[in-house]
Amino acid sequence: MAEPLSAARPGVRGALAAYRALLRAQARSQTAYRTSFVVDLVGNVGATVFDVVTVLVIFGVTRELGGFTLRETLVIVGLSSSAFAVADLLVGNIERLPRYVRTGLFDAVLVRPLGALPQLLLMDLPLRKVSRALFGLAVLVFAVGTAGIDWTPARLALVVAAPLAAVVFFGSVFVATATVSFYWIDSGELASSVTYGGRDFTSYPVTVYGGWFRAIFAYGMGFAFVSYHPALALLGRADPLGLPAWAGWAAPGVALVAAAGAAAAWRAGIRHYRSTGS
Amino acid sequence: MGSFTATVARPTGTNVILRIRTFSAIVGSGFRRHATYRQAAVAGVVTNTVFGFLRCYVLLAAVGAAGTVAGYDRAQLATFVWVGQGLLAVILLWGWTELADRIRTGEIAADLLRPIHPVTSYLATDLGRAGWAAFSRLLPPVLVGPLFFDVYLPQRAATGPLFVFSVLVAVLLCFGCRYLVNATAYWLYDVRGAMILWTLCSGVLAGLYFPLRFLPDGLLRPLWLITPFPSLFQTPLDVLVERDPPATQLELVGLQVGWAVAILLLCRLVQRRAERRMVVQGG
Repeated sequence: MAEPLSAARPGVRGALAAYRALLRAQARSQTAYRTSFVVDLVGNVGATVFDVVTVLVIFGVTRELGGFTLRETLVIVGLSSSAFAVADLLVGNIERLPRYVRTGLFDAVLVRPLGALPQLLLMDLPLRKVSRALFGLAVLVFAVGTAGIDWTPARLALVVAAPLAAVVFFGSVFVATATVSFYWIDSGELASSVTYGGRDFTSYPVTVYGGWFRAIFAYGMGFAFVSYHPALALLGRADPLGLPAWAGWAAPGVALVAAAGAAAAWRAGIRHYRSTGS
Repeated sequence: MGSFTATVARPTGTNVILRIRTFSAIVGSGFRRHATYRQAAVAGVVTNTVFGFLRCYVLLAAVGAAGTVAGYDRAQLATFVWVGQGLLAVILLWGWTELADRIRTGEIAADLLRPIHPVTSYLATDLGRAGWAAFSRLLPPVLVGPLFFDVYLPQRAATGPLFVFSVLVAVLLCFGCRYLVNATAYWLYDVRGAMILWTLCSGVLAGLYFPLRFLPDGLLRPLWLITPFPSLFQTPLDVLVERDPPATQLELVGLQVGWAVAILLLCRLVQRRAERRMVVQGG
């Protein structure tokens, strides 16, 4: 049946069906080798477990870190690691973009009648990272459950909104840093200094960091609003660095700004993209 | 076609000079091969530097007002972190799958036909790579760290040479461990499971996430004795920051040498077993 070329882009329903098919195919192929999949699940949870173990070990040699106790720090760790794990599961695969650009696979993605970004994310959705996200959530639940939080309706709302905002924030960081590879194909690990660096940064109270390094990561890039300020608001603690109490509730706003910035960077990157010709 | 093992055909001559020449030629080519990826080196240095700041601030916060923690003072911890960030790329804990890839694709057949033992030739390449990394990856964080933190400089004359020796042994040992992990491909074809296990263990048990001295003594001693991990990373750094008196330093390096010899011998053994049973994949 001959259709005009302009009709080739499917409607919203068609697109959703296509994405669902992509996701299903991914799930089938990834679980085809059961043992491998289980090993991957276990291996992936290991990385997050060791991040938490590191915090516990450090608190084994000190009673407080940057003025925060272990229980308070665990709230920060829980917010950070659950959000990072979920964002990594949903969007983290974008870090393969340099390879797609180098091998020319990205050309194939662009000529298909679906959005480039959702395709990239669904083409390789790493289901094995589910275990990591679940562990992160468990840490968060344990931490807020044992931190002695004085629950109010506003705090209940925040304990749901803050991790969601942090997921959006980390997702934006993944996308924004990946766009670097449109300009610099061999950028390699550069993106991980901000993505994984951001995860490490948000795992501790920002009071442990000093000077301009803290200023850049915490407020220049906005990482302070991922876990530190929401945790302060949940715990009802004043910020030792002097920001007002509402800073904790600013997290969703910061996340939206980050998402808008990432979207702009992505569009600019796509426009700039020249195929490597391979 | 009769069965053969590739090792049999290797020349058994004792021309030592020729062997040394071959070995150093491979080392040189390893150096040049990695020296071509300059952009990747820059990106790696930036990343190591960012993580240097992150780890350094966190560990210094753990020292707090007390002044020392687990036997390190603030300057020693700063040196530990910054040299560690550079050392990471020199010993190359992660990301080496070349051997496993070649086994899977069957290209390993070409390696087996060469008149030099595969363990030796891969080791030579890796030494060249480590040499390049010492310039491009170890030097920058070592220079950047002191600009922002008070670092510890070794006080004893013997520490410098001992550190260099300890790093060299760590490179050999780390190569051996990676070779073994990769060699599981002879049996498993897909090394992802072994690789994940190695990545997890080597990160946390070698002293990268936190100095192992933060652990209780009852855990630390067996870890050091019965696993090679602390010898990969913690030992050279402890030697450099003079965490222990000279006698203990020598013991730790001795232990490291023991592990390196054992692991490299194991590599040869595993390679021989693998060659006996292997069927080369592909055409």
